[in-house]
Amino acid sequence: MNSTQPAWDRDTVLGIIDALKHKPGALMPILHGIQDSIGYVPPDSVPLMAEALNLSRAEVHGTITFYHHFRTTPPGRHKLEICRAEACQAMGANRLVAHARKTLGVDFHETTADGAISLEAVYCLGNCACSPAVMVDGELLGSVSQESFDELVGTLRSQP
Amino acid sequence: MTIKVYIPRDSASISLGADKVARAIAFEAARRGATIELVRNGSRGMFWLEPMVEVSTPEGRVAYGPVKPDDVAELFEADFLYGGQHHLNLGLTEDIPYFAKQQRLTFARVGITDPVSIDDYLAHDGYRGLANALKMTPADIVEEVTTSGLRGRGGAAFPTGIKWRTVLGAQADQKYIVCNADEGDSGTFSDRMIMEGDPLVLIEGMTIAGLAVGATMGYIYLRSEYPYAEVALNEAIAAANARGYLGDDILGSGKTFHLEVRRGAGAYVCGEETSLLESLEGKRGMVRFKPPLPALEGLFGKPTVVNNVISLASVPIILDQGGANYQEYGVGRSRGTLPFQLAGNIKYGGLVEAAFGLSIRELLYDFGGGSRTGRPIRAVQIGGPLGAYVPESQFDLPLDYEELGKNDAMLGHGGLVVFDDTVDMAQMARFGMEFCAIESCGKCTPCRIGSTRGVEVIDRMVEGKDRPKQVILLRELCDTMLSGSLCALGGMAPFPVLSALNHFPEDFGLAEPADKAA
Repeated sequence: MNSTQPAWDRDTVLGIIDALKHKPGALMPILHGIQDSIGYVPPDSVPLMAEALNLSRAEVHGTITFYHHFRTTPPGRHKLEICRAEACQAMGANRLVAHARKTLGVDFHETTADGAISLEAVYCLGNCACSPAVMVDGELLGSVSQESFDELVGTLRSQP
Repeated sequence: MTIKVYIPRDSASISLGADKVARAIAFEAARRGATIELVRNGSRGMFWLEPMVEVSTPEGRVAYGPVKPDDVAELFEADFLYGGQHHLNLGLTEDIPYFAKQQRLTFARVGITDPVSIDDYLAHDGYRGLANALKMTPADIVEEVTTSGLRGRGGAAFPTGIKWRTVLGAQADQKYIVCNADEGDSGTFSDRMIMEGDPLVLIEGMTIAGLAVGATMGYIYLRSEYPYAEVALNEAIAAANARGYLGDDILGSGKTFHLEVRRGAGAYVCGEETSLLESLEGKRGMVRFKPPLPALEGLFGKPTVVNNVISLASVPIILDQGGANYQEYGVGRSRGTLPFQLAGNIKYGGLVEAAFGLSIRELLYDFGGGSRTGRPIRAVQIGGPLGAYVPESQFDLPLDYEELGKNDAMLGHGGLVVFDDTVDMAQMARFGMEFCAIESCGKCTPCRIGSTRGVEVIDRMVEGKDRPKQVILLRELCDTMLSGSLCALGGMAPFPVLSALNHFPEDFGLAEPADKAA
């Protein structure tokens, strides 16, 4: 294992690959399985998937990097996604995004210094009648104001 | 007597606090010794009233909303379990004008039933379409769908019956039904509402599609941004399997249909059908050349029906009440109903299912009540991020595929995103190009490179650098993208850009209509 990368549980990943590799088009379910389980897809796990699915490492790497959802570094404790699509823009999402960048001190795809929050952009959460919308660790929030955003960030920072 | 209390499990309702209200009601009922049955239904689609709580009374269901957890004790005091008076009492749900004025066919059960209960589904006319389909030949099922005039609700509006006929006629050892549930267009949420509010109607529609074309396996390709829909779909699929509505021997007919949910991973382009198929196969979501059509060589190289959620969810009522009945709704070549979605800066945002032909103005003002901020509505983007921005002068156009097309706009998936007069249309045009650059799969040059150049040209225009020249450049660039892109992403990204430029030239620093300035 490359020593510059954080350690991850090889057996967990192998177990996920084994459980799903028989499925037609198994790579996407496997990638989701790994990320759901350990929070990201470790670059070192690429050869394991390639071998199990009889793909080249380039094919696996290419698939991972094509999709916005997959990440190859460990996330912060919480994932905070802000919708940047048109319906949310119509209700001030750009101001919310500017506020988030400023108060969190990070840009999209970055994690706050205390490791609490990874900030991500998302293009539509399907909550377009209750804009602006935000998703926190898979939980959807609607009509988010700067005040409720600050409150949310405070809660997230205090949680493990 | 047990009183039924309904609180939506729809994710938009939850985003406004429905789970907390449900917990508060359960707690308060237990504390007071009231016997209630809490049903987590879908949303009726009136989101300014969510979380909306309904109670069953002898007169019908009475609605209260928007309810906050703090209101719950007071509601019990006001005898809301028996429809008591309270300032949140909205009267009988079905009498609320926004709801009463609709024509709900595809959404007939959404908000009414428990989404994952087979018994509730059957009690509200569910699986009648499938029962009919099991008695018909595949060709007759296809004929019924053709008669209905149903066209692809994902946006392309291709006749569903013709697509099915092609797959039915193809010879292969395996065929597939693929549901495109990658509802990525901003301002649209009808797919999500069906999947969370009545997933069984989608399952029934896909099963009928399988019978019609001879496919035994179906996949629902669901975007990863919809985790609540994934839960509801999987619960409903398990329930259907347990009761013999899915599996190797559907209702003892000897017919087979299996269904599986597959999750996307945040790529807008995977809503394009060939890119979606690549993704289902476990690859990068790169668009394929056509031909071959997916109907002949689709998933894993086999004949495949790829239909949008709403298209498939409209099939059960067509097989239940007949294609002729369905096609009586609508205008021109746009038959049936469309679930319109009112989004963005709108006072009464939500879902309005109605026959085609309603005007934009009726939707925005009669249903939507104008902008949420109370300022004048300046522009409406119809049909998602690739749809045109429509100015006030066109608000009397009817919502119909052909009529909008004639006016350089499109209906798409039926979403209307409303902007008030504070919008900067040059920035929206820039975002149109930026979004295309972010989401381009990269296979064709006009989309991959053109979108980035588009952002740069608009930036120069806004900065005032040789504006007349930039207008010519932007129009030529859009022309190249329109004509030379492989799929709708690059091929339609110019629509929002050009519509912004044509209708709102002043936002680009152009004093007169863009054509003359150029």
